[in-house]
Amino acid sequence: MSGERVFKYVGTRPIRHDGLDKVTGRANYGADFTLPGLLHGYVLRSPHAHARIMSIDTSAADAMPGVKAVITGADIPKTTGVVLLGKEGRYDLGDMGDNLLAHDTALYEGHAVAAVAATSVEIARNAAERIIVHYENLSPVLTVDQALAPGATILHDGLVTKGQPLPDAPTRTNVAMRTELRRGDVDKGFAESDIIVERQFTTPMVHQGYIEPHACVARYGEDGQILVWTSTQGQFIVRDCCAGILGVDAATIKVIPSEIGGGFGGKIPVYLEPVAIALSRKAHRPVKIVMSRDDVFRASGPTSGTKVRMKIGVKQNGTIVAASGSLYYEAGAYPGSPAGAGAMCALAAYKIPHFVIEAYDIVVNRPKVAAYRAPGSPSSTFATESILDEIANRLEIDPIDFRLKNAMMEGDQAPYGPKYGPIGLKQVLESAKNHPHWKAPLGPNQGRGVACGFWFNAGLSSSATVSLSGDGSATVVTGNPDIGGTRVAQALMVSEELDIPIERVRPTVADTDSIGYSDLTGGSRVCYATGMAVIKAAQDVRDQLLARAAKIWDVGVDKVTWDNGCAVPLEPSADRTSLTLRQLAEQMPHTGGPIIGRASVSAPMAGPAFAVNMCDIEVDKETGVSRVVRYTAIQDVGKAVHPSFVEGQMQGGAAQGIGWALNEEYLYSPDGVMQNAGFLDYRMPVASDLPMIDTVLIEVGNPLHPYGVRGVGEVPIVPPLAAVANAMNDATGIRFTDLPLSPPRVLKALLRN
Amino acid sequence: MTKLHIKTILNSEPVEFLCEPVETLLDALRDRLNLTGTKEGCATGDCGACSVLLNRRLVPSCLVLAAEIDGQDVLTIEGIAQGETLHPIQQKLLEHAALQCGICTPGFVVSAKALLDQNPNPTEEEARYWLAGNLCRCTGYDKIIRAVMDAAESMRSDETQ
Repeated sequence: MSGERVFKYVGTRPIRHDGLDKVTGRANYGADFTLPGLLHGYVLRSPHAHARIMSIDTSAADAMPGVKAVITGADIPKTTGVVLLGKEGRYDLGDMGDNLLAHDTALYEGHAVAAVAATSVEIARNAAERIIVHYENLSPVLTVDQALAPGATILHDGLVTKGQPLPDAPTRTNVAMRTELRRGDVDKGFAESDIIVERQFTTPMVHQGYIEPHACVARYGEDGQILVWTSTQGQFIVRDCCAGILGVDAATIKVIPSEIGGGFGGKIPVYLEPVAIALSRKAHRPVKIVMSRDDVFRASGPTSGTKVRMKIGVKQNGTIVAASGSLYYEAGAYPGSPAGAGAMCALAAYKIPHFVIEAYDIVVNRPKVAAYRAPGSPSSTFATESILDEIANRLEIDPIDFRLKNAMMEGDQAPYGPKYGPIGLKQVLESAKNHPHWKAPLGPNQGRGVACGFWFNAGLSSSATVSLSGDGSATVVTGNPDIGGTRVAQALMVSEELDIPIERVRPTVADTDSIGYSDLTGGSRVCYATGMAVIKAAQDVRDQLLARAAKIWDVGVDKVTWDNGCAVPLEPSADRTSLTLRQLAEQMPHTGGPIIGRASVSAPMAGPAFAVNMCDIEVDKETGVSRVVRYTAIQDVGKAVHPSFVEGQMQGGAAQGIGWALNEEYLYSPDGVMQNAGFLDYRMPVASDLPMIDTVLIEVGNPLHPYGVRGVGEVPIVPPLAAVANAMNDATGIRFTDLPLSPPRVLKALLRN
Repeated sequence: MTKLHIKTILNSEPVEFLCEPVETLLDALRDRLNLTGTKEGCATGDCGACSVLLNRRLVPSCLVLAAEIDGQDVLTIEGIAQGETLHPIQQKLLEHAALQCGICTPGFVVSAKALLDQNPNPTEEEARYWLAGNLCRCTGYDKIIRAVMDAAESMRSDETQ
């Protein structure tokens, strides 16, 4: 069993290989790249939330000195293609192409309508301002309530509700999908319940908030060969989306991933790359486009604003017997909110015999949502975990004991279908209960909250190669951009398999020409799935080394074994003593040539992750200002390959969740213009807002991975919303159901009480 | 518009360049002088990714005109390490694994250096408030604050030896 393996390198905390470049400013991110003859692109965006584009006159822009190309939606072919991601994921290239440059209708404020390439950014911007766009304004639909109202403006003619639409659903609709999960007899369940709590919750649209704006450089060669340098979570997704949208072979496009300055799911879609390619094709020169922060807020990301109605029934003894929920998620301008995932996650932590959860994916005149760390789960979990807190209070039982009593364990059936393998929910809850934080006294005006979270994690496809050098050092190459320290984790895996010191293993993220296809960096999958490819590639190297040793000794390969970084003969003699990896590497030219280990994996499943967070909050009851004063994140991490970076994921996810709970939100005018598209008014947590974030790593091995690794990156953002709100309830006696808990909202509630 | 001729001391070296009157120091550093270690996160002075020291004072280079540094002394992230020797802040950030994506790291290094230059023994609260002008979305700040406090301690003990 994986948990019993004794590791030499895995579990240590070496300095990351890419660290030096990052602390000295040498690392190259999306905006740091240039090419000879570079032009600068600028994207003109719609000032209206919903408007038909009647005409676009680019003649004045075209005529400006320094302008080399102007394009509109007419230059981005309309397509019906899709790019698939695993068995269930798909990117609709028609929608993606229309989002790049609107073809007929601007569907949100910030929707791109034209783009200019010029010899400087200033010229490009000035030229863009001379483009005359005639709009016919349409009434915007900004919320799920507006979108569902009878007679609502319809964003997309011909939109059909996919999934399981209700029989009486209207045919002209803004509902892109309805899905349902059901088990048992929910009416019977509620009839058997002693306590039933039902409430409605809302969470605001929030942005992933990566500090690096989207940026790319593209060069279209006259021979049709295309080069793209870009900051992305998936160079192969960029390649395939560009190819599909522009109607060229994927092999004509080489995508070089830059260092990526944060993504959290928001750097999966293409926003700029096909536009830069189209400009370059027209201008015959390379084109760079860099988003401003304003663009990032208005036109990339964010995640869904949601409305969730949740009802949970419990027996007097604390057994949960029934739950029902309705989830309404804003998709933004095109279908594709994570409502379905929200439904699958909402009850995933608890054994509930009777439930029904329905989820709606609803288009509105806001930017098309992108993935954001455990997409869908935080909002639905906020509802569940808030109600469980309320029930625990009413039953006067410890909220952790209450959760423990109902916690899912190995062999239990997840609400979304499969039976859980080994999972660590019980262990994380017990760890929370025994943590000093749980028993620590609270100060005046302080309250404590606890909440659980679940995320599936993903597997998907990955490639890796490990190449041995003549001096016995090694390089490991993968196709997954490293956002949070995955390169050093992969190097640790090579060290572990080949017993090479970590300093002698160099990890690299390659361009699309230099490594086999790899799905994106997302779904907490890189350390797990790409890691499996790395381990297999390293084992391939080891197998080849054993064959070389057998050749040197002129014995069968079954007479050689690997031990402690050496090939060891099973039948030693005077001229057959063990050979070190380095000795074998030195002899490669004479024993068969270079050794390259390679592997690809398609990991259909992953090991689900559970986390528990504890939050202490202090509220100034005169101003409504609150402050997190103590925070502890506990998570089943499977096996921590580099524990510092696992802690980093937990701390960063907690901070993002705290920001979502306390301050972050998209603010719109009634006509759909974003009012806070900057870091001053869109308030993300800063260092003085937060305490240290304590972490406890629980290691319940994932049997699908040779070391027991399970994904760690996403579940950290799931518990904080409810942990903070539950703490607020404890501090104020008020059950807040609408996020964020910003000072005005808290003060208003305090004054009302 | 006529370009301006700027003479400055940049990372302890005399440097001359031409710039537009409206050009920011951030753009001049990145686009004219090839010093891309200074990052643009917002261009409105809210994120701290473009932090530099102007006459040893911490400023966001996106809110300074390039022309303003004429005759002045500017230190960017590229000038913090001494040859092969990292500044203790850089070393401690690495040891504490206090960076994930790394885009905010140059700004934090510059900002933390400005803190420790004028307050070698900050409390955690002082460090948190000083660094509140630098946004990080990956780390939750925990490891950054620990690294800066650790760097301060190691610099103090180096001083007393």
